[in-house]
Amino acid sequence: MTDVPIPTRARRRARASASGDTWVIARRGLLHMRRQPEALADATIQPIMFVLLFAFVFGGAISVPGGGSYKEFLMGGIFAQTIVFGAFGVAIALAHDRGNGAIDRFHSLPIARSSVLAGHAVASLIKSLLPIVLMSITGFIIGWRIHTGPLDILAAYGLMVGFSFAMIWVGVLLGSLVATPEAVQGVGFVAIFPITFIASTFVPARTLPPVLRTFAEWNPVSSLSGSLRHLFGNPGGTPYPGGPWPIQHPIAYTVIWIAAIVLICAPLAVRGYQRSIAS
Amino acid sequence: MTESNAIEARGLVKRYGDKTALDGFDLDVARGSVCALLGPNGAGKTTAVRLLTTLTAPDAGTARVAGADILEDPVSVRRGIGLAAQDATVDGLLTGRENLVMIGELHHLGRSASGARADELLVQFSLADAGSKLVKDYSGGMRRRLDLAATLVAAPELLFLDEPTTGLDPRARNELWTVLDRLVGEGATILLTTQYLEEADRLADEIVVIDHGRVIARGDARSLKRDIGGDQLHIVCAQAEDVATVAGILERLTGARVSVDAPARSLTVPTDGGVGAIATVAAELAEREIPVEDLGLRQPTLDDVFLTLTGLPAEDGAPATPTETPAEALR
Repeated sequence: MTDVPIPTRARRRARASASGDTWVIARRGLLHMRRQPEALADATIQPIMFVLLFAFVFGGAISVPGGGSYKEFLMGGIFAQTIVFGAFGVAIALAHDRGNGAIDRFHSLPIARSSVLAGHAVASLIKSLLPIVLMSITGFIIGWRIHTGPLDILAAYGLMVGFSFAMIWVGVLLGSLVATPEAVQGVGFVAIFPITFIASTFVPARTLPPVLRTFAEWNPVSSLSGSLRHLFGNPGGTPYPGGPWPIQHPIAYTVIWIAAIVLICAPLAVRGYQRSIAS
Repeated sequence: MTESNAIEARGLVKRYGDKTALDGFDLDVARGSVCALLGPNGAGKTTAVRLLTTLTAPDAGTARVAGADILEDPVSVRRGIGLAAQDATVDGLLTGRENLVMIGELHHLGRSASGARADELLVQFSLADAGSKLVKDYSGGMRRRLDLAATLVAAPELLFLDEPTTGLDPRARNELWTVLDRLVGEGATILLTTQYLEEADRLADEIVVIDHGRVIARGDARSLKRDIGGDQLHIVCAQAEDVATVAGILERLTGARVSVDAPARSLTVPTDGGVGAIATVAAELAEREIPVEDLGLRQPTLDDVFLTLTGLPAEDGAPATPTETPAEALR
């Protein structure tokens, strides 16, 4: 039947490792991105396009309170928005796998079931780094500058990775609650898109009408944008007097949100995922 | 691992909401044998496979599969089995080879053994030339072959094939049967599900007929057919006005009840006379110069089996219920 020596069951059992399995499944996720033109475009062309569009279309019309370049103001916000959109990718990938039976195939293999989800999570974390790098380069080309030292820069990129990690669990939750990839797009667009706009992403929160302004001030997308502006030394990074606590302490507020999302969403997401496949 | 049965299931029950998909299901499959689960859509075939392959847990009952208990040690079960689900679940965005290597790595064969095994299987399944192409560009038959190859990566002692030929054209189906014949010849233990009596007959040592989540008959193809009444003599008249005459002739020659489908001008009657029966009928028709479009022996169909066993036709073509494939319900 086979000329290739197949290791015995005991030997294979000894060689099994959850981290190894996770990486095999993560590698598959990365190959998927490379081979799907739409997914690749989402991760590469879209962030670059957003930076260029907002910088050059809105750049002339919006003035930053306290002065400074809009292009520099923009970067913190557009990083934040792209990171939040990262939730879609993992949700769509999960919905696809559930629909086409791939999850069943994995579950018929001698691996820990958690490694399927972990593999998706690792792949999406790596996928979310690509747009961050591309946007940094694009921003630098059009005139974005960092005015702080290495520690602040490290903290800024660390915060982005942390928030990306949190958004993965939002994505897993979304992917388990919603049946098809198309539905993920729909729900995501209605629920997540506005949240990224009613924030200090593209305009300073202070310029919004009262109700929206309060929402924006407490919106973690604002605090993430504000934290990045602060850590990069960009305009809009200095808390304005009279703002609520999240405005005065954007970094602490963002870290609290990351912890809260992970602590609340991850268990819910894992349970939702298990329920979605347990039929 | 010295048990003589590869599968021993006792009293398996699975409910989805208020619908009972599997209702006290027992099954023994001897090592080295091929067992076919035969039944219409919604009978519980796929549910049985999902329970036995540990994809989902039973509400009651227990089973030992490939030497381990499905509830106590599911990972051991999975180490000893290969599953080809109803829709070939190979990954379209990977190449054929990448699919097999990935499965090998997840079976912990090690990277080099996984690669060597993938190459070997690609040759065995006539996919060597397509090995570096993306699977989404494969034909239906190629996907099924790759899917079957994927179940064999770790040389499992027990294979589960859920409707392996559904959706294949006749040529691809014959190719797949040839592959399965070879596996059987090599001593594989296989549990397959099918809606086709012909397929069960061709491949299986034992046929287990299920309906509404229960086993309603089991035995080898010969004994089942004996229960059903063997072959059917089938005639299509060229002219509608001859149908009644021919029915009379058939009844006289065989002594059995003739079923007539008047609009189709076709008549069917059970016979155990084999080719001799055709010769007798043909001679009589020729003598009376009654023209016919078709005259031949037909195997009993799934419908005949169900008519005989339950008195009801198979509920074939019924809409797929959630009990059959959850994936289907999601579409």
